[in-house]
Amino acid sequence: MINVLFFGQLREQLGQEQLTLNEVPPTVAALREYLAREFADKASQLVAGKALVAVNQTMSDEQAPLAAGDEVALFPPVTGG
Amino acid sequence: MQDHIGVQTEDFSLAEQYALLCQQNRQDGAVVTFVGLVRDMNQGNQVTGLTLEHYPAMTNKVLADIVVQARARWPLGRVRLVHRVGPLDLGDQIVFVGVSAGHRGDAFAACEFIMDFLKTQAPFWKKERSTQGEYWVEARQQDQHKAGRWGDKS
Repeated sequence: MINVLFFGQLREQLGQEQLTLNEVPPTVAALREYLAREFADKASQLVAGKALVAVNQTMSDEQAPLAAGDEVALFPPVTGG
Repeated sequence: MQDHIGVQTEDFSLAEQYALLCQQNRQDGAVVTFVGLVRDMNQGNQVTGLTLEHYPAMTNKVLADIVVQARARWPLGRVRLVHRVGPLDLGDQIVFVGVSAGHRGDAFAACEFIMDFLKTQAPFWKKERSTQGEYWVEARQQDQHKAGRWGDKS
């Protein structure tokens, strides 16, 4: 099981803050493909290069492996400060 | 510890933050502080306020890492970093960065470095309220360039 969190504009577009997946996709890229299918028309921001990904609160790339218990967050480029 | 990192909804006092950087600090001859404010115009829209969202579990980790990176580049005394979240109005303070160091060059550089990295790496998102309605602020290429100027040093 993994927990997937969404922030900012992405959270609003997808209409939810988080989601739990019982089956763990092997990599970040596989998770992104799964979400893009799942959210179909609402998923434009999920495309690689648009939404950033953090695994267990550390920025990660597409090849990063996922394991049970991970917290994965997807979000738009940051705009604080 | 010489570092303070705070993420809070409450406002902060510049005088208090400055005092904490100076208190019983006899070794540092330079203190540089920066405060970021909510301004009334952004990307052509008349802004009336904004709301800041963040990723609580990740924010402190990233901010602490930015301070570690700054310390690896310059000999610094104290570092204080405060970032607000939640609804803010025009003119409100958003962020504070304060650095003390033996010499001003190091303090100026570290303060700017911390702001540049905070703007491109820390998980905060701004949603502005304007006369045109509400919208999420887009990340700016300019901020990426500014952070990129510092180059790699790991």
